Amino acid sequence: MTAPFDLTDNSVVVVIGTGAGGGVLANELAQKGVSVVALEAGGRYLPEDYVNDEWESFGQLAWVDARTTSGDWRVANDFSGLPAWIVKAVGGTTTHWAGASLRFQPHEWKAKTTYGAVQGANLLDWPIDADEMDPWYTLAEDKLGVTRTGDRPGLPGNNNYLVFEKGAKALGYEQVHTGRMAINSDDNRDRTKCQQTGFCFQGCKWGAKWSAAYTDIPEGEATGNLEVRDHAHVSRILHNDEGKVTGVEYFDKDGNLQTQMARVICVAGNSFESPRLLLNSASDMFPDGLANSSGQVGRNYMRHMTGSVYAVFDKPVKMWRGTTMAGIIQDESRHDPERGFVGGYELETLALGLPFMAAFLDPGAWGREFTTALDAYENMAGMWIVGEDMPQETNRITINHDVKDQWGIPVVNVHFDDHPNDIAMRNHAYQQGQAVYDAVGATRTFPTPPYPSTHNLGTNRMSEDPRDGVVNKWGQTHDIANLFISDGSQFTTGAAENPTLTIVALAIRQADHLAGELAKGTI
Amino acid sequence: MGTMKSPKGLTRRELLSRATAAGATFVVGSGFMAANDAAWAAELNSLKPETFATLVQMARDIYPHDHVGDEFYVVAVKGYDTADAAEGIEAGIAALNAAAQGRGHSSYLGAGWERDRVDILRGMEDSAFFQQIRGGLVTGLYNQKAVWPLFGYEGASFEFGGYIDRGFNDINWL
Repeated sequence: MTAPFDLTDNSVVVVIGTGAGGGVLANELAQKGVSVVALEAGGRYLPEDYVNDEWESFGQLAWVDARTTSGDWRVANDFSGLPAWIVKAVGGTTTHWAGASLRFQPHEWKAKTTYGAVQGANLLDWPIDADEMDPWYTLAEDKLGVTRTGDRPGLPGNNNYLVFEKGAKALGYEQVHTGRMAINSDDNRDRTKCQQTGFCFQGCKWGAKWSAAYTDIPEGEATGNLEVRDHAHVSRILHNDEGKVTGVEYFDKDGNLQTQMARVICVAGNSFESPRLLLNSASDMFPDGLANSSGQVGRNYMRHMTGSVYAVFDKPVKMWRGTTMAGIIQDESRHDPERGFVGGYELETLALGLPFMAAFLDPGAWGREFTTALDAYENMAGMWIVGEDMPQETNRITINHDVKDQWGIPVVNVHFDDHPNDIAMRNHAYQQGQAVYDAVGATRTFPTPPYPSTHNLGTNRMSEDPRDGVVNKWGQTHDIANLFISDGSQFTTGAAENPTLTIVALAIRQADHLAGELAKGTI
Repeated sequence: MGTMKSPKGLTRRELLSRATAAGATFVVGSGFMAANDAAWAAELNSLKPETFATLVQMARDIYPHDHVGDEFYVVAVKGYDTADAAEGIEAGIAALNAAAQGRGHSSYLGAGWERDRVDILRGMEDSAFFQQIRGGLVTGLYNQKAVWPLFGYEGASFEFGGYIDRGFNDINWL
């Protein structure tokens, strides 16, 4: 039974957000006997509620509250009010994610040291490294049930993968397989085996994919130490005269403003909402927002260098059948400046249904150049590009006081300009992706622009020196000892890999640290 | 017309009335309207018949699929046939016809070649009217479940047990 905690109970840890960061942290703390109130802005949806229809599911799960955009990225033009494709629900974006679970490469923890000075980039080394993270990654892989780790076999390849694999091998790529996926590949686990249904992005109706919504959240609630309040939108973090945070204000499901007291507050609202909350909590003591003595809150927004390559063949592929993203080429993820850019990228299989293909293949395009591509939808194969983008101070989340959300709270503006390194890497990836399909006889290929961002990182970054970032190596804010950041916004750099596994590993590690400090009475 | 029944027992008027807002889930019985059937004109609520006919042609010229019948384009734009939307649509189509006349055609529909009509559309593609129609079609046309099979798309498979035993890896030409 879930634990009900009183609003005035100032002994609890309040976790804001229940996705890969907050959902895992809440459960891990609850397992250790810590009392936790998790506040989630969205509602509760379980596999029986998920809808295998792209637009209907989007309407059910996506975070569509008002946001604004600026900068030279094409998303600001094509989807000006929707900079991110993330989820507002218990479990957060772990309902939507495709399941790709990759560790950072060792050198990616030390981007500044490895890449050297890159003009216009605000590079920094993480204050942690691969050795430090290795055991936490192992715990995360076991929690998520990641294929090709431990004794877990890989998933079988679907049609989209088989086309991708053949092209990759023809080009001489060697690190080609069906991915390390948090999707069950056999029947000997807690979750169902993947039934090759597709619609991984719409919430897995089999529960084969790991999502905090139906794993960590109910496990935490079962301890009696975790209360999850859904439809609870946190608007402000409160603090006392000593500069310690004391509680949060949130709008409950009836729209009433409530105040929950807290001993510790952990913010995990994704890289837009987390800095928004810190900035909107500005006070006389902290006029620039909480934990912002460095001026870095909201800055260094990263979204991964992304894009897609689709290709049409003279015979059917039916790419939508089966696991959406079980396929990867890792050869280009290395750091090799000979290619004309620092860092690297992964190529991963990806399929969209016809409705989303129409919306995302070439947003805004019309006429026969566009429609003849869709005419060949059945003969299409697809891949996604995900690579390291450069942190830039001017790519940032700011508060747009001219636009308010449904509670009257100022929304975020998301500003992003591509760095020349991002553009060089994307062009290289387009060329390689198109070559993969040309090698299998593609009759036409499409270098497709980035979608609204799914990997939102870096806006409360981790740093050794308090002047360079917002949190220390535990995710604890440099300025306020009982305020933590627990999501992807603490990423110092983005690496080439899909971020969820690293967010989960950091959350497990943070829970261990925080529970220890609470027991010692140091926080 | 109004009494003609679809396979699901709904009248055409009822079917059309369901195609209200872009992005909604459309329920359209197969074959309820022949491609050359202009009888929908009699079922219009607010738009002039020639306006609606021009709108349907415009929709096809924006997203031309020769294997997709007019009925799907009709459903995709039928949501504009309301008292609230009609004034803007009438004005937009009037501007479209004026643009056509400026290029020596009697009207938009009077331009017989698709390339001529596309030239007219290119000349106004930054207008709010064009973008409204184009943007609405992205969901209004491609989110019709009945149109999916025409592109080979199979939609949801959960109710059939996914593709694990139904061809997720059945590609045979590699």
